[in-house]
Order: sequence, then structure tokens, then C-alpha cells
Amino acid sequence: MQPRAIFPGKLTPYLLLAPQLAVTLVFFVWPAFQAMQQSVLVEDAFGLSTRFVWFENFARLFHDPNYLHSIAVTTVFSAAVAGLGLALSLLLAVMADHVVRGAGVYKTLLIWPYAVAPAVCGALWGFLFDPTIGEVTFFLRALGIDWNYIQNGNQALLLVVIAATWNQLSYNFIFFLAGLQAIPKSLMEAAAIDGAGPARRYASIAFPLLSPTGFFLLTVNVVYAFFGTFGIIDVVTKGGPAMATDIMVYKVYSDSFRALDLGGSAAQSVILMLVVIALTVLQFRYIERKVHY
Amino acid sequence: MVEERSWFTPLAHLVLILGVGVVAFPLYVTLIASTYDLTTLLRGRVPLLPGGEGWANYAQVLGQGIASGGAPPAAIMLLNSLVMALGIALGKIAISLTAAYAIVYFRFPLRMTCFWLIFVTLMLPVEVRILPTYKVVADLGLLDSYTGLIVPLIASATGTFLFRQFFMTVPPELAEAARMDGAGPLRFLWHILLPLARNSVAALFVIQFIYGWNQYLWPLVITTKQSYYTVVLVISRLVNVVDVAPSWNLIMAVALLAMIPPVIVVVAMQRWFVKGLVETEK
Repeated sequence: MQPRAIFPGKLTPYLLLAPQLAVTLVFFVWPAFQAMQQSVLVEDAFGLSTRFVWFENFARLFHDPNYLHSIAVTTVFSAAVAGLGLALSLLLAVMADHVVRGAGVYKTLLIWPYAVAPAVCGALWGFLFDPTIGEVTFFLRALGIDWNYIQNGNQALLLVVIAATWNQLSYNFIFFLAGLQAIPKSLMEAAAIDGAGPARRYASIAFPLLSPTGFFLLTVNVVYAFFGTFGIIDVVTKGGPAMATDIMVYKVYSDSFRALDLGGSAAQSVILMLVVIALTVLQFRYIERKVHY
Repeated sequence: MVEERSWFTPLAHLVLILGVGVVAFPLYVTLIASTYDLTTLLRGRVPLLPGGEGWANYAQVLGQGIASGGAPPAAIMLLNSLVMALGIALGKIAISLTAAYAIVYFRFPLRMTCFWLIFVTLMLPVEVRILPTYKVVADLGLLDSYTGLIVPLIASATGTFLFRQFFMTVPPELAEAARMDGAGPLRFLWHILLPLARNSVAALFVIQFIYGWNQYLWPLVITTKQSYYTVVLVISRLVNVVDVAPSWNLIMAVALLAMIPPVIVVVAMQRWFVKGLVETEK
């Protein structure tokens, strides 16, 4: 931080910081510390005594087929959500960047899904794809597809991927559009004079310049798929059928509040915290690079 | 636009219209479904044009609630959601404004320690530490209360970073001049910095209002009394009813009511929303 004008005062800065620090310590640092502590302990069946077990909880998790399955589901889910979301939003952003007439209207009509809660988004898409009365289900039946996401695990996963992508589309679109509009028009015009068509101009000039934005959005989307989609999963599938949509953050919740497996769920929390920290560090490295550009 | 004649412009409009259509399709079906009675919906597919039961459905949802799903009147839940969203948005703005002010305009022992402690919170969404956080709130006796809904969610590094960035761009001469004229630190913050920061405040407000309104897991675990349910939280209970078919017409009415306020905030404050998104994620 640069040196600058400073106010004197010994107590004032602490008073100004107190609310933020108090909430941070009580609701963030303390629970995180407790999760770490709990993750290396095992409680007996009656909750009377606890025993320090080093990394036994973690070892148990990584030998648990259900947890390994959950990691696999999370990987497929986040790759699908990030890939589909980035591709579609980039397509729409390129088109919105190109048109002159109506650009503002298109933008407004594409950003509103950001405001829809994941749980509400889940209800909307669950209704559209409902096995008995869903609007899209009738269409799929007409095409000869037997759609029933309540019994078919792959279909359930596909449905939550579609809902999550829809929910996150506006966010990606805003960033891609801002990135495209920051590219100097003279670059694109020079390429056009040299005879490059629109496809060539975007592929050779715009997309390379857009790659930092793309990388940033990739990490944000993975974070979103990991943690932001809880509401969609809980409303549409509850992790089922047969754990086909049991992503890691949902498993922490169901193991904590339904199975009441304290050590195991604390170990899962710690693993997820490490994932968040890794993704955040990745994101910050991107920002540092952007500063040097 | 670079060229005058191009096949690209009509194609762009076509893709955008298709995109807007696909994005809006669930909203349209929701709106239509909320205007029929349940038997019509259960008989077959949703009709394409609105039916005549809209007023009755919305009146029931708002005034009486849905007994089979354990949902109180939506008017109460909308009020709870509003209290929670406003509490979180305004609370975050207030505490992150003062924290950033202390870090930028004062020098004191442990300044950087405090900064990093706040920074750490950026990393841990409530979902990953849900059980221990729930325990803390339960031990403090804050279950089923507005305090419990709001306070644990207002600590955030996002706002502190945004205001710190902004304060660093304010010329130091301003603070010098204020000091020379005898203004204390709080007076400077309130009368000079805050009016200058109004764009950042508006941007942060939009983002945090939506964050607060759309909270799902947190109210789900800490509320047991219907009088504290939020409108987003109740959706899951309505969809996952046991023994009876979900009342899709009423669920769609609740879903629509749940999305109207945040969508209005985003569309009406679009400029600040985009600014807030782009700046808070830096």
C-alpha cells in the first residue's frame, strides 16, 4: 500500500475494524478451526469421549467408494457446467459485440437469470423436465426419448448441468462482452482491410486477447459448480438417483445433517477448504499477470 | 461494425434472438403454469396461453400459503427475504466501509494481520463449513432469528477490497485539506469519502442484495419456525412434498414471486450491477 495522508488516533482504527473482525472471528475463523480439529478426532457412539486419530478420517474417506464416486461426479459436473457455460456465453457475447442495433436490449434480456436463486432455478427446470407433465418431456417423448430423470442417473446429471449453466450464463456473458468491447476497434478494422472475414478476425485477434478473461471465468465457473449449485441439487435431485448427482458440497451437507458423521464430514469440509484455497490462489495469480500486461 | 455488407449481422441477430428465447423459455412456462388450476396441469402438457386462475393462485399463495407443503403465506416470506437481503447488503456495506477506511487511513500495530484475517474470509463459502458455523449460531441462541439469518453472512472480504481499492484512488490532498480545516476522521469519512464512493456503494449494494435474497442453505439449516422462512428456502419443501403431487401451479407462482424483486434490482440498476460484478471480482 502506498504511503499517504494518515489520521492520528490509537483507538479509532480498532473501533472501525471491530465489527468486521468480530464477525470474521466468530463465524469464519472459529468454525473453520473447529472443522480442522474435528477432522482429526473420532467420537465414540455415545458422543461421550473423543480420541485423536491423526489422518484416519481422511484415509477412511479416500477408501470410501461413495466419496470417490462423489469426487468423480463433481469432476464431470463442473467440467460440463464450465465448458458448456463458457462456450454458449462466448458465442452470445461475440454476437452481441457485433450487432449495433438492439445491443442494449439483448444485453438486458440476457443478464436477468443472474438474479434467479439457484433453488428457484432448480424448480423451474425441474418443472420443465418433469417426467409426467414437463413441457420438454413431451417434446422428448415425441422424439422417441424415454425421459425420466427421477430414475435415470445420467439424465438427472444432464438436467442439473443444464439448470446450472442457465443460471451462470449471464455472469459469463457480461465478462466476455466487457472483454470483447475492450479490444481496440482499430485492430479488428486493420484485419478487415487485410481481407480477414469475421470468423478469422475473432479466431486470430479477439480470442487470444480474450484468453485472460476466459481463464478467470474458468476458475470462477469451477468454484460456482463446486459450491454455488447446492440449491439446484437440493431442489431437483437431492443427490440422487443412486448418488448420480451427489456432488461433494452436497455430500458434506447430507453427511453432517442426516448421517451425523462428525469426523467424516469435518474431513470433507477441510478437503473442500483446500480446494477453495487452491482455486483462489490460481485466480490471484491470474490477476497478477493481468497487472503486468 | 467493420464491413458494410455482411452475412454476419443477420446471423448474429438470429443467434441472439434464439439465445434470448431459450433463456426466457423457463420464465414463460412458469408464468403460464401459475395461471391454471392443478388438475389442468396434471391432465397433460402446459397450454401455450395463460389461463384464468392466475388471481386465485396468487391470492392463495400470498394470503394463505400452501398447507400441504408447510408453506406460510408468501407475503410473510417475501418480507423475511427482504429483511435478510437488505440486512446483509447494508450490513456488508457498513462494516466493510469502516474496515477499509481504518486500513487505508490509519497506521496501527497488527494492521496487516487484520487485513489478512479479513482476506482469509474471502476463501471460505458458508457451504464448506456449514456444520461448525451452525453450531456456533446454535450456541449463541441465534436460531430462528433475523440476527442469525443476517450477521453470520455479512463478513466478507469482497466489500473491504472494493472500498480499499477505491480509497487508494482518492487524492491524499483531500485528506490533508480536511485535516487542516479541522475535520476529524469520522467527519472526513461521512462528509467527503462516502459521497465520493456512492458509485461503489451502489454497485456493492446490487451484488449483495442478490446474494442475500438468494441464500438457500443458510436459512434452510437455521430456521425451523415458519415465521422465519424465506421465499427461496420454501421452494424445496414445496417441490419435495411426500404422498401428494406437488402443487405445480402454486409452486410456479411462489417461484415467480421469489424472482421478481432481485430481477427488478438487476435490470433497474443494470449499470451498477455490471460495474459491481466486474469490480468485486478483481
